[in-house]
Amino acid sequence: MAFEGLTERLQKAMRNLRGKGKVSESDLRKTMREIRLALLEADVNFSVVRKFVKTVQERAKGADVLEGLNPAQQIVKIVDEELTKTMGEEATPLNKSEKIPTVIMMAGLQGAGKTTTAGKLSLKLKNEKDARPLLIAADIYRPAAIDQLEQVGKEIDVPVFQKGTDVDPIEIVKQGMQVAKENHNDYVLIDTAGRLQIDEKLMDELKNIKELTHPDEILLVVDAMTGQNAVNTAEGFNDALDITGVVLTKLDGDTRGGAALSIREVTQKPIKFIGQGEKMDALDVFHPDRMASRILGMGDILSLIEKT
Amino acid sequence: SKSRSTFGEKLNRLFANFRSVDEDFFDDLEDTLIESDVGFDMAVNLTDQLREEVKLQNAKNREDVQNVIIQKMIDIYDQAGNDESTKINMAENGPTVILFVGVNGVGKTTTIGKMADKYKKDGKKVLLAAADTFRAGAIEQLDEWAKRDQVDIVKKPEKSDPSAVVYEAVHKAKEEDYDVLFVDTAGRLQNKVNLMNELSKMKKVLTREIPEAPHEVLLVLDATTGQNALNQAKLFKETTDVTGIILTKLDGTAKGGIVLAIRNELHLPVKYVGLGEKVSDLSKFDANDYVYGLFKGLIK
Ligand SMILES: Nc1nc2c(ncn2[C@@H]2O[C@H](COP(=O)(O)OP(=O)(O)OP(=O)(O)O)[C@@H](O)[C@H]2O)c(=O)[nH]1
Ligand SMILES: Nc1nc2c(ncn2[C@@H]2O[C@H](COP(=O)(O)OP(=O)(O)OP(=O)(O)O)[C@@H](O)[C@H]2O)c(=O)[nH]1
Ligand SMILES: [Mg+2]
Ligand SMILES: [Mg+2]
Repeated sequence: MAFEGLTERLQKAMRNLRGKGKVSESDLRKTMREIRLALLEADVNFSVVRKFVKTVQERAKGADVLEGLNPAQQIVKIVDEELTKTMGEEATPLNKSEKIPTVIMMAGLQGAGKTTTAGKLSLKLKNEKDARPLLIAADIYRPAAIDQLEQVGKEIDVPVFQKGTDVDPIEIVKQGMQVAKENHNDYVLIDTAGRLQIDEKLMDELKNIKELTHPDEILLVVDAMTGQNAVNTAEGFNDALDITGVVLTKLDGDTRGGAALSIREVTQKPIKFIGQGEKMDALDVFHPDRMASRILGMGDILSLIEKT
Repeated sequence: SKSRSTFGEKLNRLFANFRSVDEDFFDDLEDTLIESDVGFDMAVNLTDQLREEVKLQNAKNREDVQNVIIQKMIDIYDQAGNDESTKINMAENGPTVILFVGVNGVGKTTTIGKMADKYKKDGKKVLLAAADTFRAGAIEQLDEWAKRDQVDIVKKPEKSDPSAVVYEAVHKAKEEDYDVLFVDTAGRLQNKVNLMNELSKMKKVLTREIPEAPHEVLLVLDATTGQNALNQAKLFKETTDVTGIILTKLDGTAKGGIVLAIRNELHLPVKYVGLGEKVSDLSKFDANDYVYGLFKGLIK
């Protein structure tokens, strides 16, 4: 890992801090600086960092230092609690419709992992809920997007509805929904083309698909390596579609994934799944506490605190 | 030079939006740089250098400060890039081989589609190698680009050994006098040791057939990527001797500021930028435009 995590940073800072009654101004200042840097290095958006640090600071100011902790450890404990809280406390399950089919629509920037995640999610539903999903190929723009989805569908043995690239995506979705109805599919997953949140024409297309299908889930798929710009993307898609959840992909890499915090903060929508590989079984439920530790690189620190 | 004054003019417009240049100004400057993904250290560093320079030159009024900052930014930028070539290194004779590498979904295949079209229109005989045999639909995607560009392609069935595709392609390129061979590879995260080794193996196959090949190893980076791009550049450089960067998706709202840090630390030049999904959405990298883009956020 190229970046110094909070653990290393605070180990330095903590050497000079001794356990005493209250968290002092200077303890606070030193520790907050390290936390701010760790968050920025983890790609948390700078305005989100600012707000977060302020919240922690308020809570930590004059807080009584718990027995067995030194002031820096006390602050880290507060940071961890706040971060986990911001991240959503606990895992949020997938929405389900009262009557079939439950409609799940994928959205996101180009190359984020929508098509792969649509496949992974179908497989998960099949394995865990005995579901009979249908995939709809609504990306008519990217070369061979339909081939990709069809190959994915074949691999996991899930049918793919497609109409080639000459039919309007709205029309494809309309026909696909009809087929799902006829075949009693209990889940419909709509794979859409990647697009920029500032591309009005293509954002309108998504709005129209939404209006047509009233999805139970609109999942924004975001690459976990995304930097400061994650807030723009999240805001853009959320404003246009009122998304219901987020999938964070490519977390099998060595990124700290600070985008998770930024997205959560600006949309207030739950992160539901994380992608941890290219294979179809590499989709896991999101755990806010684990993500909090990953962002700050503070797994060790927490165990350190537990030991003292 | 001409391009410098253009850059200066643009920055002037930027600074005209500020009433006075005080600490608030430098704070804004720092935030803007951080927001562009240049990284915290780099942002602080740049801002400090700019602040120092303003003091050093005893710049008092706004116009002086602007000029100092403009000049300094250009200096800093030029320094990091001594001996750099933003041109594509072409073989003196025989085929030029260009290998594309990068993490998943950054735009490798699309960039090949765009570049192949440029060379083809330049009258070159172009060959593509579909060495991403792993991702679903990857071969069909490159094949579609080959059709659009009307260039030839070497492909094997899905899940074939990518090195075998590379071998067949480089062989064909030699035998049949192709001018340029573009090799598409599967996206891989830089921390996957086996996949990185597979990449160096492909590279060795090329070198065995043509000693100077690959003439370019282009690392494709997504402009929306944050600090992890520095890791990507380091590890891909270690395994494949990257010779240049393609920065894609600059048509979005991300600025790709991490490229500044990469340039500073690894001295890798950006050769092209991707500005969309169409075949024509590829431009030569223009440092002035890029640096200006980093400051865009300051203009309301
Ligand atoms: N390592 C890793 N790769 C992933 C993950 N999810 C997706 N990918 C890869 O990322 C790349 C892009 O994935 P796609 O599913 O094609 O992304 P997309 O959002 O559908 O892309 P567009 O349709 O072009 O917008 C592919 O190489 C996938 O194999 C993940 O969790 N980990
Ligand atoms: N907006 C925009 N989209 C781009 C650009 N370059 C590529 N894309 C899109 O990004 C997505 C991924 O591009 P690919 O060329 O498939 O990326 P790749 O690196 O080959 O992906 P893998 O082979 O799966 O690792 C596609 O939807 C492309 O159309 C660009 O400059 N701007
Ligand atoms: Mg897709
Ligand atoms: Mg590709």
